[in-house]
Amino acid sequence: MVEERVRVVRCGGSLLNFRRAVFSADSKYIFCVSGDFIKVYSSTTEECVHVLHGHKNLVSGILLNPNNHLQLYSCSFDGTIKLWDYLDGILIKTFTVGPKLHALFIPPHAEDSVFLTILKEDPDVFQLVSVKLPKSSSQNVEARERTFVLDYVNRSPKCIDFGNEGDYIAAVRDFYLSVYFLKKKKTCNFTLPSTKNKKNARNRFTCVACHPKEDCIASGHMDGKIRLWRNFHDEKQYTYTCLHWHHDMVMDLAFTVSGSSLLSGGRECVLVEWRDGAEKNKEFLPRLGSTIEHISVSPAGDLFCTSHSDNKITVIQRNLDACAVIQGLVKDRSISTGLMVDPKTKALVLNGKPGHLQFYSLQGDKQLYNLDIIQQEYINDDGLIQIELKKAAFSHSGTWLATVEQRQENPSELEMQMKLWVYSKKTQGFSLNTKIAMPHDDHITALCFNNAENYERPMLVTASRDGHFKVWVLADDSDIYKKAIGWTCDFVGSYHKYQATNCCFSEDSSLLAVSFEEIVTVWDSETWELKCTFCQRAGKIRHLCFGRLTCSKFLLGTTENAILCCWNLLSCSLQWSAKLNVSVLEADPYSDHVAAVMQSAAGSDLFVFKPSEPRPLYVQRTISREEVQWGVFVPRDVPESFTSEAHQWLNRSQFYFLTQSQCLLTFSTKSPEEKLTPTSKQLLAEESLPTTPFSLILGKHRQQQDARSSETSENELVQLPLTENIPAINELLHTPAHVLPSASFLCSLFVNSLLLSKETKSAEEVPDEVDMEENKDSDDSDEENDVTEKAQETHNTDLRDDVIHQLSKYEEKELRKFRKVDYSWLAAL
Amino acid sequence: MGEFKVHRVRFFNYVPSGIRCVAYNNQSNRLAVSRTDGTVEIYNLSANYFQEKFFPGHESRATEALCWAEGQRLFSAGLNGEILEYDLQALNIKYALDAFGGPIWSMTASPSGSQLLVGCEDGSVKLFELTPDKIQFARNFDRQKSRILSLSWHPAGTHIAAGSIDYVSVFDVKSGSIVRKMVLDRQHLGVTKSRCIVWGVAFLSDGTVISVDSVGKVQLWDSATGTLVKSHVIANADVQSIAVADQEDSFVVGTAEGTVFHFQLVPVTSSSSEKQWVRTKPFQHHTHDVRTVAHSPTALISGGTDTHLVIRPLMEKVEVKNYDAALRKITFPHRRLISCSKRRQLLLFQFAHHLELWRLGSTVATGKNGDTLPLSKNADHLLHLKTKVRKGPENISCSCVSPCGSWIAYSTASRFFLYRVKYERDNISLQRVSKMPAFLRSALHILFSEDSTKLFVASNQGSLHIIHLLEGNFKHLHTFQPQSGTVEAMCLLAVSPDGNWLAASGTSAGVHVYDLNHLKLHCTVPAYNFPVTALAIAPNTNNLVIAHSDQQVFEFSIPDKQYTEWSRAVQKQGLHQLWLQRDTPITHISFHPKRPTHILLHDTYMFCLIDKSLPLPNDKTMLYNPLPPKNESDVFLRRTAHAFKISKIYKPLLFMDLLDERTLVAVERPLDDIIAQLPPPIKKKKFGT
Repeated sequence: MVEERVRVVRCGGSLLNFRRAVFSADSKYIFCVSGDFIKVYSSTTEECVHVLHGHKNLVSGILLNPNNHLQLYSCSFDGTIKLWDYLDGILIKTFTVGPKLHALFIPPHAEDSVFLTILKEDPDVFQLVSVKLPKSSSQNVEARERTFVLDYVNRSPKCIDFGNEGDYIAAVRDFYLSVYFLKKKKTCNFTLPSTKNKKNARNRFTCVACHPKEDCIASGHMDGKIRLWRNFHDEKQYTYTCLHWHHDMVMDLAFTVSGSSLLSGGRECVLVEWRDGAEKNKEFLPRLGSTIEHISVSPAGDLFCTSHSDNKITVIQRNLDACAVIQGLVKDRSISTGLMVDPKTKALVLNGKPGHLQFYSLQGDKQLYNLDIIQQEYINDDGLIQIELKKAAFSHSGTWLATVEQRQENPSELEMQMKLWVYSKKTQGFSLNTKIAMPHDDHITALCFNNAENYERPMLVTASRDGHFKVWVLADDSDIYKKAIGWTCDFVGSYHKYQATNCCFSEDSSLLAVSFEEIVTVWDSETWELKCTFCQRAGKIRHLCFGRLTCSKFLLGTTENAILCCWNLLSCSLQWSAKLNVSVLEADPYSDHVAAVMQSAAGSDLFVFKPSEPRPLYVQRTISREEVQWGVFVPRDVPESFTSEAHQWLNRSQFYFLTQSQCLLTFSTKSPEEKLTPTSKQLLAEESLPTTPFSLILGKHRQQQDARSSETSENELVQLPLTENIPAINELLHTPAHVLPSASFLCSLFVNSLLLSKETKSAEEVPDEVDMEENKDSDDSDEENDVTEKAQETHNTDLRDDVIHQLSKYEEKELRKFRKVDYSWLAAL
Repeated sequence: MGEFKVHRVRFFNYVPSGIRCVAYNNQSNRLAVSRTDGTVEIYNLSANYFQEKFFPGHESRATEALCWAEGQRLFSAGLNGEILEYDLQALNIKYALDAFGGPIWSMTASPSGSQLLVGCEDGSVKLFELTPDKIQFARNFDRQKSRILSLSWHPAGTHIAAGSIDYVSVFDVKSGSIVRKMVLDRQHLGVTKSRCIVWGVAFLSDGTVISVDSVGKVQLWDSATGTLVKSHVIANADVQSIAVADQEDSFVVGTAEGTVFHFQLVPVTSSSSEKQWVRTKPFQHHTHDVRTVAHSPTALISGGTDTHLVIRPLMEKVEVKNYDAALRKITFPHRRLISCSKRRQLLLFQFAHHLELWRLGSTVATGKNGDTLPLSKNADHLLHLKTKVRKGPENISCSCVSPCGSWIAYSTASRFFLYRVKYERDNISLQRVSKMPAFLRSALHILFSEDSTKLFVASNQGSLHIIHLLEGNFKHLHTFQPQSGTVEAMCLLAVSPDGNWLAASGTSAGVHVYDLNHLKLHCTVPAYNFPVTALAIAPNTNNLVIAHSDQQVFEFSIPDKQYTEWSRAVQKQGLHQLWLQRDTPITHISFHPKRPTHILLHDTYMFCLIDKSLPLPNDKTMLYNPLPPKNESDVFLRRTAHAFKISKIYKPLLFMDLLDERTLVAVERPLDDIIAQLPPPIKKKKFGT
């Protein structure tokens, strides 16, 4: 493999809730902006169908093309408007406008002009302009001619709406609503009282929506009121009515397609449907989890969706039933647990929803699940001091999870709980094993499990500011059957009443290092004897970690005075030290590399080194302009094979890090095109239908009828996953339901193709079989080799016949196995 | 040491009675208000919402309906089954006529004003014809099964809508037969109520009938087909009242939750001519049931159990933003309920059915300005005087205690009472002066002269009686007959401290000044557009000070028969803008016995001392100086000092007077105390509690 330059890349987890999601005309797909990309999700299966990439900066608005419902417009901070064919994921056109585009509006009957919000002058003066998109056949079109429409608008697209088929524009900002009539070129302004008292200060507008049929404008306010404005053609005769249910600001408003209902949402996490604009006639969809940021309505009227502050999109049916959830990486809270990797699922684990740990699949860029740690109803209210999940740690094999939660109302009152969770194979999840109230008298600063792989006694060490570190071991609980096990405190250690700040086990878990402010103590984990102490007098210890593999005799520590120290445990002396202001120190568990992120004024720099020598193997400057908060090594599924010393550290694991603004970034050598995740590629292929095994079957079915196949779609690639299981069943279970043909049609095909293998060959077995062919005779044709590589449906009947004759015993056995398989579930589909 | 020692009186346990009906008269811009105790008040909306007339109530005459007919004639009907007409000139009841249909629940005048329709308990709708001085029964409409609670005429006068229990019926006026019957739904948000009372109906000229009911709905019906057009659920409790604007582009409803909702007819889109009724603004100015609403061209008027009369102007109808555009909340009567005996430090409180006589407490302590002094002797409740209940419990219309404290006089609508009070150390004996002359039947205002030897009674016939009081006896001295041809009742009196002059003012004409020595009319102060709210004659100078409802203050020299120099100066310069914008009338004027340049006056929310020697404020100076000058030598404060010294410490202020040169008495009635005595309002869940 050619070694390329290592680049910092964003790895998913970008905000899905930055702008309103958009439904396709048939409500099958949901589009949402996601960083520089636009993601196309299926509204039924929650799967990401396409990622439209092409913008070079944040995408700030998406809208369906009103003239062609199979096309999508998007605008971005990079100053371009792009037109996409979302079914195929193809970029059709790029219109270059120039300045940073903050929002995009397309009124229904505007032929080819679009409205955009651009910055007029810093810091906060925005104007609405219209841009005529020239008709041109070329891919890249300049559209720099702008017509000024409305000045001093709010940057958020929620604050501007077009009413009555684009007759007027309603824009709100601060305390006034302005209605601009496009035909009459007249503006009416309506101002709410703003200054007099505290109550009026909450009159501020937050969002606006126009009724699709009537001349009625709904506006949301800071104090939770919704005002319905009518008669706004006259600045004097105008009138409004109030709807008040929300107690906190109204985040977004939307009318249903017919205009009979108004939807509103806010921090209460409740979607409210106001029917007929009447205060008494309302319906609720409560417990949506977190603040509703955006509401959108499908053009067909059958679905709504709400975007939430925890990076989630909930799809809701017309009868207010939530039917699907698209969940990204939850990022609206401060990450206090840091980044961890779940050893079982290899998922990234960090704080998620309030009181939850989220398990986030980096490959799929989606959340796997949430583990409720605090197990209390979350009340979303300002000024309420919540219980916070502070620390978490996994045991080496992932069977145990320790969490620490705390709530501190004032310095003297601390509520703290440590919970230990055991992984249950039966339920495939964590269940609570032990709950320890007040494990320490003060904040817990660090906790870690011992490392030993098959160590019988898992051990947990907690270090606390109260000057102690405690060792917790798994022991018999006071159960008469001796079946229950629980965690109890085994040893309490302290060192001269200093605050314990960090703790760390050596790789073989024979040694425990605990730092007490400036002093590092090393303890024997068998006898709990203090073995030795290191003190550098260079400020308090910030990080502590043991080297791995060949470097396991070294202990690394960083101090607040920007010194990185490496001690040799055999000689009990300082091996080397370096002046580095380290903000993140992480050891790769699968190699002897250690990554340190250094904080400087210009940004953060990455150093990769081996503890054995004070020489960086790899340095990357300014990986981020912001402070890097956390980092973690995530093991690769498939190891890479870089040979150069500088790239070796990327072989076994990948380093992910999280910055202050909660961007999840990683290092990659691949070009962006290659970085397409396998799943999305696979789905991309599935979308165009001919490539699933089922489509192979279908294709063959047709071929049989046609008696001849055409040599098409040879260029389409598909990678069938190499699984031990039967690919057909795998695929049936993994293929999104919406792309499958009807079950009755499938069933007969499926069973036939599997059972009557004497006449036809089942497609699922193509790869396996061909593998075996390869094993048997090496003088296969080139064409067949192609088949193995590409798994295409392009083999001709001759080849198939050949293959049938060569059915191996193994295959026959497999087929017999199939006969025994219970297909009754298919009938139930 | 402050300038005055103030008796801050809070033991006047006065609770106004709830408002039952309001009727707005477009022609004269007057508002008639009836209260649950039968009192009817007339407010002049043009004269700064001044309550210019009132008819004392009667316990058995609870009004259920009030309406204006033929322009200026006012009718009321009540649960005793009688229809009453009020004489607005003489301020008495012209006649009462039994409708013979049991209690009357509703009454409405025809659009032409010549017919009157009443809805009775027995389900009958009766039509009365108006004759010039009476009304005459014409005929019955088809009788219904249950009581008729609300009535409304079609603006053309051809049909009427009648709201009953569970249904609304439409009658043809010519035939008197029922044309359409619209049955209401008893369901409210899934709960079925036992019945649905139609509290109000309104018939619009396009044939739409609007009904409001006890289920909490406002419903629009098409009377031609009898179908429901639109239903607005606006309350969890009853919707009790409805009033439609004359232009039929807006209407207002009041609910039992204290909310008033405004509905407007707005176009659906700007291009189409289709219009729809939408609920626009809710107003929550009441804490209790809004029993009645009215819709004047520029304002929404509502009143209810919480005794407030609220006038909420419609901003879009108001041309200029002046004090007419401000919200008005009228709670207290614009007449005096308290009289004071300065010599004995007594206060006489007037309630609906009794009088209370209190002696003020006293203190020996002294303190700094603003200190609260401890009482050495508490206030004494000396007397509780109940009205005689021979003709049913009539309300007291006016009362007075003499300055010496030994006489108490009061009057109801039909009788006049005079008592002699004797003080023997701690005991009080009360003796009724019997054999009152026949002409002393009812009084609108009673006043004793300063030396307590004369009693002045303004009767409702327009005449003024002067009675000489002797020890336990009396003698009729003279009667000033009204000017020829008028029966204008006098309702405010003032006598000069030297006993030479008597000033009397009626409801509209100017102030007459009588010479008491020669018993003749001395002069008449030139008439002014706005009614007089308070009168007083200054000692020594005999200057008559008159306050009008537009907050103008005049000073008229009685000996010279002309306005004084100061008054001319005031008129020339004009009063301060903020002074003219005050919305409660000045109800009492008094003078400092030692300082002839001072005039003391008060309204409900402020107390003002006018120092005539100081320059008048102009619009640039600050009218309300928040703090009195602490340091006398403060040059700046001296320079900015002006004639009006205003204190807003005491509010709501019902009465304030000087007992002597260093002592003031202020009677307050905090609104919270009134609310505490009202029945509890409908409980509503309030968020966050």
